[in-house]
Amino acid sequence: MTLYIFYFLSFVAIFCGLMTVFSRNPIHSVLYLIGCFFAIAGHYLLLEAEFLAVVHIIVYAGAIMVLFLFTLMMMNLNEQIEKHKPALARMAAVIASGLLMLVLIAILKKADTLTVATNQNDAIGTIKNLGKILLDEYFFPFEFASVLFLTAMVGAVLLAKKDKSKVAS
Amino acid sequence: MDSFFLIEKGVLIVVIFAITMLIALYSTFAERKIAAFFQDRVGPNRAGPGGILQPLADGLKMFTKEDFTPDTPNKFLFILGPGLFMTTALLTSSVIPWGDTVNLFGREFNLQVADINVAVIFIFGVVSIGVYGIMIGGWASNNKYSLLGAVRATSQMISYEIAMGLSIISVLMMTGTLSLREISLQQYGFINWNEHWFSWYVFRQPLAFLIFLTCAFAETNRTPFDLPECESELIGGYHTEYSSMKLGFYLFAEYINMFISSAIISVLFFGGFNYPGMNWVNETWGINAVAFLGVVALFIKIFFFIFFYMWVRWTVPRFRYDQLMNLGWKVLIPLSILNIVITGGVILLLK
Amino acid sequence: MATDIKSISLSGRKKEVSVKEMTFMEKIYLPEIAKGMGITLRHFFKKKVTINYPEEKREFSPVYRGRHILMRDENGAERCVACGLCAVACPAEAITMVAAERKPGEEGLYREEKYASVYEINMLRCIFCGLCEEACPKDAIYLTEDLIKPDFTREGFIYGKDKLVMPLEDKIEKIK
Repeated sequence: MTLYIFYFLSFVAIFCGLMTVFSRNPIHSVLYLIGCFFAIAGHYLLLEAEFLAVVHIIVYAGAIMVLFLFTLMMMNLNEQIEKHKPALARMAAVIASGLLMLVLIAILKKADTLTVATNQNDAIGTIKNLGKILLDEYFFPFEFASVLFLTAMVGAVLLAKKDKSKVAS
Repeated sequence: MDSFFLIEKGVLIVVIFAITMLIALYSTFAERKIAAFFQDRVGPNRAGPGGILQPLADGLKMFTKEDFTPDTPNKFLFILGPGLFMTTALLTSSVIPWGDTVNLFGREFNLQVADINVAVIFIFGVVSIGVYGIMIGGWASNNKYSLLGAVRATSQMISYEIAMGLSIISVLMMTGTLSLREISLQQYGFINWNEHWFSWYVFRQPLAFLIFLTCAFAETNRTPFDLPECESELIGGYHTEYSSMKLGFYLFAEYINMFISSAIISVLFFGGFNYPGMNWVNETWGINAVAFLGVVALFIKIFFFIFFYMWVRWTVPRFRYDQLMNLGWKVLIPLSILNIVITGGVILLLK
Repeated sequence: MATDIKSISLSGRKKEVSVKEMTFMEKIYLPEIAKGMGITLRHFFKKKVTINYPEEKREFSPVYRGRHILMRDENGAERCVACGLCAVACPAEAITMVAAERKPGEEGLYREEKYASVYEINMLRCIFCGLCEEACPKDAIYLTEDLIKPDFTREGFIYGKDKLVMPLEDKIEKIK
């Protein structure tokens, strides 16, 4: 049963991922991407990482994609407006994706030599263990990440703030 | 996974679904009746004795109206919007503990569909997805007012979600768990003499309760935060183009949201299925009576909060949009962060 | 001298609008909201002012002027003589009539030799001023406390004698 669910979720994830790239309407792209996120959250659930699954949905589907959708809806992009990209951009895209492909193939070739770590402990993904590990073993990286976010927040506030001197003049 | 387990959960799901629908149905009636009472009127009283069949008449009207679809290139998304909104509204009820343990047929039942250990976060996840129903519906309507209403609704909901999450963190610091069942059990009874303390979290976290309540109003798009459907500015908001049962779904989901959020407030802050004198009931009548009265107590709390929603609706006027955003970002979020700091300090001191 | 706004207010409840800074208690909203909710809760338990119309009816004022009625005398004969004074008096020109001569044998039906064979009031034009009532020399037309019933067509509002003349049974009942 778990295997079938895995296949189903993988199919949904890959299908949605492909449709994200191929659909002409950017809003449809975003919606497919959200579907993809849900499939991946399902994978987390299969791995008994409930916390990760829910947080994945909250952060990616619930917050980031909403903002994406927001901007796209306000810009009101549709198929007719989309211009043809210049040749240079197309070349750059081909080279970049080719490089990415190369990296992926290299990883996949290496991957089959690795053994999958099977099922150390069922409770590994629960929030209690995760919290303990995060705030104990990986305390410094965790705090550094929060400092990074703080910097980003301050930067955003600075950018969004009205320049008082300009308003006055 | 034996078949008994499946039957138990299946029955529970169906019963909760039916109760949710019934309460949402009668919330519409209660809203009209209570609104009338606050305005010195008597409200709908023609259908059935005292107007008790009014919701059925309303539903029939909704079903038989013309189902109009605007000229939009996104017919599928137009239909998906209300469906998604309704689904997310119903999803949350699965993690709420509706009652204590019951002993029936020699087995113990938990009156809860799923006791997962991330229940609180699960609720936030579902709420954050609820935004999509509004957003997709508003955008697919191909109408400027719908889009503006949807954008308003979304930005309001994601802004208040932050304050909501932060306010709940201070409670979670005291509970030490994310499971709503355990949070309920921690608030056993009403007065916990062992700790010399009232056991309900509203007495220990009043500020968090106030912030959570305010955010719950904003999340369910109720007055004073019902800007997404502000008639004077946006016609009908995100559901301007909807008619018939699709509109019914949007309106209905709002009432379900109200019911569920009342349930969450009751569970988190008002002890859920706990009530004063539980020990006495347990000694006199046994465990099943405790559970039964617990369900009654929970529903009394929920009904009070639904009434409270309507009470506030006919008291407080609508906020202006900049006031709404100022309140959310500049008042509620700093307050809840302050509350977290104070709670952490007090917990450390008491250790 | 600037007059105080309270002194020129008739009700004495007028308040000067001010845009002063809110105090702290006002800024945290909650006390004010609680106050407001107290007021609404008081209304919740107040006596309701609704009148359940078909079952209960609002009492009319004693001088209320509603639908017209053409009176009969104590024998049940119509009083109207089709003099046309009411039509002349009518400021809205809502009344028309056709006069006819009484035939022998109709003495029980009409009081005088002349009567109105057609008597119509257009209720859409009528302003219910009651001038027809005052103009009538024979006390034939009166305005009652009844309301004009709604109708789907304009023609339905032109009331002929069938609707205007007092029903015979009423007269008999009154004599009893």
